[in-house]
Amino acid sequence: MVKFDRFTLSNGLRVIVHEDHTTPMAVVNILYDVGARDESADQTGFAHLFEHLMFGGSVNIPVYDEPLQRVGGENNAFTSNDITNYYVTLPAVNLETAFWLESDRMLSLAFSEKSLEVQRNVVMEEFKQRYLNQPYGDVWLRLRPMVYKTHPYQWATIGKNLEHIEHAKIEDVKAFFKKHYNPQNAIMVVGGDVTSEQVKQLSEKWFAPIPAGEKYVRNLPQEPDQYEERREVVTAKVPLNDVYIAFQVPARTNGDYYALDLVSDILSRGQSSRLYRALVKEQPLFSEIHAYLTGSFDKGMLVVEGKPLENVSIDKAEAAIWQELNKMCDTLIPDNELTKVKNKTESTMVFAEMALLDKAMNLAYYELLGDADQFNHETDKYLAVTAEQIQKACKSIFRKDNSSTLIYLAEK
Amino acid sequence: MLNRTIAPESQAVNHINLIEPGHTALPNGCQVYWFNSGDQDLVRVEWIFNNLRFDTQKPLLNMAVNTMLTEGTANLTAAQIADSIDYYGAFLQAEYGYDQSQLTLYSLNRHLEHTLPVVVDVLTNSQFPQNELDTFVRNQQQKLQVSLQKNDILARRAFNKAVYGNTIYGLSANAVDYQQLQRANMLAHFKQMYQPANCTLVISGKVDEATLQQVTGACANWQNSADPADTTQPTITPVAERFFYTEKPEALQSAIRMGLPMVNRSHPDFPALQVLNTVLGGYFGSRLMANIREDKGYTYGIGSGISSLKHGAAFFIATEVGADVCRNAVEEIEKEINLLKNELISEEELSLVKNYMQGSLLGSLENVFSHADKFKNVYFSGLGLDYYDRYTEVIKSITAEELQTLANKYLNFDEFHKVIVGKY
Repeated sequence: MVKFDRFTLSNGLRVIVHEDHTTPMAVVNILYDVGARDESADQTGFAHLFEHLMFGGSVNIPVYDEPLQRVGGENNAFTSNDITNYYVTLPAVNLETAFWLESDRMLSLAFSEKSLEVQRNVVMEEFKQRYLNQPYGDVWLRLRPMVYKTHPYQWATIGKNLEHIEHAKIEDVKAFFKKHYNPQNAIMVVGGDVTSEQVKQLSEKWFAPIPAGEKYVRNLPQEPDQYEERREVVTAKVPLNDVYIAFQVPARTNGDYYALDLVSDILSRGQSSRLYRALVKEQPLFSEIHAYLTGSFDKGMLVVEGKPLENVSIDKAEAAIWQELNKMCDTLIPDNELTKVKNKTESTMVFAEMALLDKAMNLAYYELLGDADQFNHETDKYLAVTAEQIQKACKSIFRKDNSSTLIYLAEK
Repeated sequence: MLNRTIAPESQAVNHINLIEPGHTALPNGCQVYWFNSGDQDLVRVEWIFNNLRFDTQKPLLNMAVNTMLTEGTANLTAAQIADSIDYYGAFLQAEYGYDQSQLTLYSLNRHLEHTLPVVVDVLTNSQFPQNELDTFVRNQQQKLQVSLQKNDILARRAFNKAVYGNTIYGLSANAVDYQQLQRANMLAHFKQMYQPANCTLVISGKVDEATLQQVTGACANWQNSADPADTTQPTITPVAERFFYTEKPEALQSAIRMGLPMVNRSHPDFPALQVLNTVLGGYFGSRLMANIREDKGYTYGIGSGISSLKHGAAFFIATEVGADVCRNAVEEIEKEINLLKNELISEEELSLVKNYMQGSLLGSLENVFSHADKFKNVYFSGLGLDYYDRYTEVIKSITAEELQTLANKYLNFDEFHKVIVGKY
């Protein structure tokens, strides 16, 4: 059980306080309700590039990192297709430094040309390092446009290509800031060795004077349901063949999410999971195989990925995966197997409560989904899932005409 | 009116409170340390073993035996082991390390009665069944093929071989090494290594008296074999060659890894070297990051570190840079090393690094597991927890002059082993 207090400033900034006096540290986590899905199709990768620019100095403070490090703090950030999340950890006695830094960059950035130029280069190197210069690194650049034909999830957070990043201009940066980076679009969680009173006082002092800004109203084209089998085969400089099968699944807030998350656990969590046991150990057809859910705010993906052994044909490998998926549709999963994945989920939630930063991030995430307190009820929702619900969810998504299959063939 | 240009008042971190573990030794020689803290009803139990002496003829034994511990015992198949651990929401991980290898159980306290017997069976009765060994070899060989396509991994392999020579630290496994794994050798290795006299048991989490009794009780009947574990290691002889270039004509980026053998944690200079390393490349605001990423934009990330091992250590700098700027990046690295040797670090920069390192130490103590991890770091270097008092003292008191002297003593760029994979 993660206890917290919650209040909203007059400018719309939502603040959550989680007191944890077992640590001498504090965390300040600020989630901005903007992700790669909010980009336009001819300017992709911008939300992530912008995240880099948030470290390039703000209106009153020339550099962000240095004053934080000087008081013993550390920080980082990440961008997903849905959100951009910034976090600071520092000794709790120096909490105010985080308020000073974070409020100034919410107020306004320095918009330095030099910072833009350097971060364009840094992000292009990141693009190369993670997506282009790695075997299978471009998988999301290929798979997303197969699964999404309308929705902006069709591009990865890094962007469609290097050119979009290369052409980013300072006017675009300013417009993006104005549109998305204001108190109304943010949720701040302060946790650790702090008190609610202290956080209220500091929030009033540093954040309340920031103008509310305009409310961004999201209106994204939603992805239609899929009723056609999609397939792409690429021959690439990769050492081994690789099979990806992606299925469209309902949005994170749809009730089926919990059943589908358990489906991915049944298929591939741990060495007792079905795909690992049947296809790596018993048959054996693959050297490794995984299944995972993206948990996206809009229509998401359940992905099955496996590398077949060298003597196994792609047809045989695919058929074996489908056999396991069909089994999920045709037969109710046994009680003990359902109990197993539920137990695993339950213990994972208990372990998660040991990490302060994880708790802070989760509170912000659930607040954005609708209510921070839902974090405390997640386990119950998993425990309530029945074998019948799992079977029904499987039947609705494990259809050939809801699949996008991407095959990598190793260039010989 | 709020003045946003002035930083709020701040305080230096003064004191770090480390949890002292409880300690007992079992009659079979197993050393037990425990850390009792935390609100959650869960526990982490680590059985940690010193690796056996490296055998160049059978280089993968330490790794393979550890990784395959959960693949079957005289009583349980691999599937049964996985089922019984997963059913109780527990996690059982085999982790191979350069000096020690371990088996770690994460379990809710209320399920220990079911999970502990499985682990004890694994530690006493592992069989390495031939069919599981075949699967392991086949899958490892496939994974190796993917790893060998990654420039940073190739650079790390070449670098380790250069500084650590023909030892367990320098080993770069190839497909044939996997092929040569023999079940009989693995069984013999297992018997010699995984015995209580070679085991340190570290328990952390909610470890009340009953839990402690439960865990130690489960290990009470565990017997030593007749043959004690030989955990000595051959002497490290770095290779003479200094420059290693693997050309990848189509590379978009080049991986760079360079550095040289260093003193390890047990040496009096080590804490001060950590300060020097932090200035150079040990944090986001480091000189290497400020210059090569934040000023030049050559890379997504660059860093340096000191890997401290039981029988040796290495200082290293690692990055992946645009293939067209690889030479420039190497030149900038050389400049930064020479700057440390030729100019004093400013008071402003040094005080920042000192505060950062103390905050970072405090922040690394997130929960009871982190306290256990801090203990393991010093314990396996033959040191006590008072190491952290000395470490903190050195951070507070070290001067720019002393750091310059250290840079001249330890960092000679011409002596660096330099590895480049990509284009140069």
